[in-house]
Amino acid sequence: MDAIDRLIINQLQSDFPICETPYQVVAERLGLTEANLIERLQALLANGTLTRFGPLYHAERMGGALTLAAVKVPSERFAEVTALINAFPEVAHNYARSHELNMWFVLATETLDQQQKTITAIEQQTGLRVYNMPKLHEYFVGLKLEA
Amino acid sequence: MFDARDYELLAHVQLGLPLCPRPYEAVGTALAMSEQEVLERLNRLKQQGLIKRLGVIVKHHRLGYRANAMIVWNVPEHLIKALGQRISQFSFVTLCYQRPIQPEWPYNLYCMIHGKDRQTVLAQLEQLNADCEIEHLESTVLFSLRCFKQRGARYQPIDKPALVHG
Repeated sequence: MDAIDRLIINQLQSDFPICETPYQVVAERLGLTEANLIERLQALLANGTLTRFGPLYHAERMGGALTLAAVKVPSERFAEVTALINAFPEVAHNYARSHELNMWFVLATETLDQQQKTITAIEQQTGLRVYNMPKLHEYFVGLKLEA
Repeated sequence: MFDARDYELLAHVQLGLPLCPRPYEAVGTALAMSEQEVLERLNRLKQQGLIKRLGVIVKHHRLGYRANAMIVWNVPEHLIKALGQRISQFSFVTLCYQRPIQPEWPYNLYCMIHGKDRQTVLAQLEQLNADCEIEHLESTVLFSLRCFKQRGARYQPIDKPALVHG
């Protein structure tokens, strides 16, 4: 990743144009050619620097239900419980964290009812209590990670 | 607010925009929609906030953001809104949420700090706590140790709007 890649990443985290020739518009702004910008985006996707190039949706407004949940996993059961939880297609993210509540995951379902059913199923399969911490309010942050 | 064609469009572009000079024309061709219609629908969906952002979705790790802390506080109810707004203003805070207090988990305000290393993140947190005068609040820091799963958007068209940001 060089200075131009960093520039592309920093400039393209939020407002990719919606117009006939968006790559051309961005390329001009960055002092690149359209072909060069496209090539670099392809390379950044191919080498895994970018997860995706496209839209990020507002899940709740789309009608989906999201929540953050956590479990306290005994250390000797960690691998087993990780496999059980990751096997649920409703689990979008799953992170180990440095706390007694050591496994934190995001559940994405179409409805709240399915969310509750998934939580119950995880509790039954793992034998662990699921702490459910749905979002009550989101404070606006301009997400931007400088490359 | 959105119709079946919007759903089809959102489902089609969820995994990525085509990397070619006329990407929206390419999307339109796949969906039997004119380029103009694709542009109009996407612009409207962005204005309506269904599309939060459009652009690059980065892997934090690959950019050197290896320390990811979730910080939680127990904030008195009457202070939470002002504090949430204040915390979300710090440049290093990447997310800030209010969540319900649980039995054995007395925290209602959450924020994330993504940083290059733990020391930096802890210094930023110290600054935040001091500036907001909340050192006395009950609080915990949870660093992420491993990421087991991180998937992008999964969305099925028409009547199955199951979406998540990745």
